[in-house]
Amino acid sequence: MVINLENVIDWFILPLLVIAVVIVFIRLVKGPELPDRVVSLDLMTSIGIGIIATYAMATGEQVLIDVAIILALISFLGTVAFAYYIERRAS
Amino acid sequence: MEIDLTLRDGITLALMAVGVLFTLVAAIGVLRMPDLYLRMSASTKAATMGVGFIMLAVAVRFNDLTITTRALAIIVFVYLTAPVAAHMIGRAGYILGVTLYNKTVLDDLRGHYITKRGTHELESVDVILDKESIPLE
Repeated sequence: MVINLENVIDWFILPLLVIAVVIVFIRLVKGPELPDRVVSLDLMTSIGIGIIATYAMATGEQVLIDVAIILALISFLGTVAFAYYIERRAS
Repeated sequence: MEIDLTLRDGITLALMAVGVLFTLVAAIGVLRMPDLYLRMSASTKAATMGVGFIMLAVAVRFNDLTITTRALAIIVFVYLTAPVAAHMIGRAGYILGVTLYNKTVLDDLRGHYITKRGTHELESVDVILDKESIPLE
């Protein structure tokens, strides 16, 4: 067992992030109202950005950082679109 | 048990650990908070800090100008857009009529959105003559 950056990411950092995703997924299933689900989806994509960046650090693939940028953009657009349609539906 | 960490790896791991802790706090807050608005308060702030620290770790790990620029761009973008998205979702939830936590003591927007007339314009305080008579939802 060698303690280097890749092993620590594989055995500690990524499992903790996956646990965070599972916890948020419970709220996504339970969430009593639609905005609760939108909030948890938004948080899941934020954690997804973290997972992608962490995986890029573990493997040394620099290209994956671009994927994180795109995911941040899409997450913001999706949340704004959800908010717009919830507001329209409420009126 | 053999330790093979350079100083840069150590700094990377420390930044990543802080980011992951913030992210876990955000996730637990979203699960445990009693109210949509409190959940948003937990998720927006803590997840923003989490992504920021993980991106700083990326910048330290790769030690490359282009990657550092991208990481800083993600940090700036997330710091700019997360409050906007949270504000829009909170406003939509308030207009939709999501109930507040039953121990809420202050609702400054109470009665200001006249949703029964079908408008979402924020009325001025003068229009609201008897604000205290409107029950806290």
